[in-house]
Amino acid sequence: MPSETVPQQQRADVIHNIGYRHYEGPRLGRAYARRSLFAQSLRGAYGLGRSAKSKVAPMLLFAVMCVPAAIIVSVAIATDLKKLPVEYTRYAVMLQAVIGLYIAAQAPQAVSRDLRFKTIPLYFSRPIETVDYVAAKFGAMASALFLLTAAPLVILYTGALLAKLDFADQTKGFAQGLVSVGLLSLLFAGISLVIAAITPRRGFGVAAVIAVLTISYGAVSTVQAIAFEQDSTGVVRWLGLFSPITIIDGVQTAFLGASSSFPGGFGPGAGPGAVYVLVLLGLIVGSFGLLMRRYRKVGL
Amino acid sequence: MTVIATESLSKRFPRVTALDRLSVDITPGVTGLVGANGAGKSTLIKILLGLSPASEGRAAVLGLDVATEGSAIRESVGYMPEHDCLPPDVSATEFVVHMARMSGLPPSAARERTADTLRHVGLYEERYRPIGGYSTGMKQRVKLAQALVHDPKLVLLDEPTNGLDPVGRDDMLGLIRRIHTDFGISVLVTSHLLGELERTCDHVVVIDGGKLLRSSSTSDFTQATASLAVEVTDTDEHPDGTAALRAALDRAGLTASPARRGADGAPASDHLLLVDVEGEETYDAVRDAIAGLGLGLVRMEQRRHRIAEIFSSDSDGSDSEGNGNGGAVDAV
Repeated sequence: MPSETVPQQQRADVIHNIGYRHYEGPRLGRAYARRSLFAQSLRGAYGLGRSAKSKVAPMLLFAVMCVPAAIIVSVAIATDLKKLPVEYTRYAVMLQAVIGLYIAAQAPQAVSRDLRFKTIPLYFSRPIETVDYVAAKFGAMASALFLLTAAPLVILYTGALLAKLDFADQTKGFAQGLVSVGLLSLLFAGISLVIAAITPRRGFGVAAVIAVLTISYGAVSTVQAIAFEQDSTGVVRWLGLFSPITIIDGVQTAFLGASSSFPGGFGPGAGPGAVYVLVLLGLIVGSFGLLMRRYRKVGL
Repeated sequence: MTVIATESLSKRFPRVTALDRLSVDITPGVTGLVGANGAGKSTLIKILLGLSPASEGRAAVLGLDVATEGSAIRESVGYMPEHDCLPPDVSATEFVVHMARMSGLPPSAARERTADTLRHVGLYEERYRPIGGYSTGMKQRVKLAQALVHDPKLVLLDEPTNGLDPVGRDDMLGLIRRIHTDFGISVLVTSHLLGELERTCDHVVVIDGGKLLRSSSTSDFTQATASLAVEVTDTDEHPDGTAALRAALDRAGLTASPARRGADGAPASDHLLLVDVEGEETYDAVRDAIAGLGLGLVRMEQRRHRIAEIFSSDSDGSDSEGNGNGGAVDAV
């Protein structure tokens, strides 16, 4: 830092006269700028580098995600259980409301601000391109969600090992759980960002994300329950394709050794499971594409 | 040596032609880009930043082709948009540091350059407070700082004095001048206020309807076109002294016209004549004409022509634009 001391008899505005210094150092270019934006957005998703008030909600939700896991493992250790009472892959599905709240609050924060205050042109007048901006925001949001959903799994896994449960079993379950929440993070981040990027109003964004996540889940599980009552279990399998969390449920039931939370446990097998995977990947890629389209328009 | 060079640059949208075969070379220094709203200024800036492809023609900024080297151009060019672009909930320091990093500066350099730049644009203690509480003038300074923080070779300033009061405007114009003289950074500044450009620019480029209307140095606009403002009294013999003098001057072969309101910010007056100065002898001719008519001379003062007057005669066809310019200069 340059010395800013000014002789006392001078007035403060004479500081102007300190000469201009040119910057001769390195310019790290596009990839560095993309990483910086990613880091800033990821930190922002937990309120870091923002006001104290905006740290409360994400930190609280993070704690809410972790506490049940901590309770589960302490019970498992204290009572010498043979296996954890909750599967790794089931945990996120159980706490989907918390995940939904978190992403509904943070996705609009990540994208609506730049739209609302028209900061976007400042980004695009710098070395980065549209794809860098979208990738950084998408990556940051998915990483923030992954942190939120993987942290309790780490607690469960650590606890399971401390309780001396079977190492191979637990490691396999843990790995499957990580893949599952990884996919969930990408899917939820994509869908929420697309919704949030439509409106520069943060409040609308929050409401719309919650609505899409909960209404779709509510509708799907209701119709599934009705179908189950009428013994059309084949329909139950396919209905899961219509809400984000049930897509994840379907994929992990088919391929990640999870037991389905669909009514009666009628999750998709390998055949329908492949469709679930295709839909899942299609949604992730599709939301990236939609974001690209959106930001190509709002350029300068 | 040119900073910006365009060669029959055109940009056509389905319904409008925003730029029409624009060829202009801009040299280092402060260059004003003048044009009415919709004249193609913003389109030109977008193309120069490599953000929008031209329909035809070529453009180079700092010797880099806008079509292929946009990213490299944006690394060494700063841009200050016309509209608000600042988030209210962060401090100027945090915001400018972030923008410096987005330009590729390493973290420590970003902080150092931010402190330097904010000081240069005149933001001191308030830089740690959230931007939401800033005055318009302070916000404009933050916008300027984010355009300068990565030490660009050229800055594009879009209407930097918009919304400022007269004092803020003076400060901003002084700052723009210093960007070139003290910092050694070339400036392209758009404005529709001709009086401002006259004070800050070395060179003025006028575009209208996407076409180049005129490109010349500011001194070309103002030099050698001095005029003489003359005000005389009325007498019984000549109830309208001004008209009598005008007729007398016409006979003497001098061009005299009533002062129009607005061209130089002076109020209109039916009693004021502007006489084109053709040489030393003009002063004698005016004096003799007044003495010959027996009128009293109230005042006789030298005036420079202002850019605005030249434009209003340039754009005979578009009265509304001329009026717009005149009115705008009044506000300066």
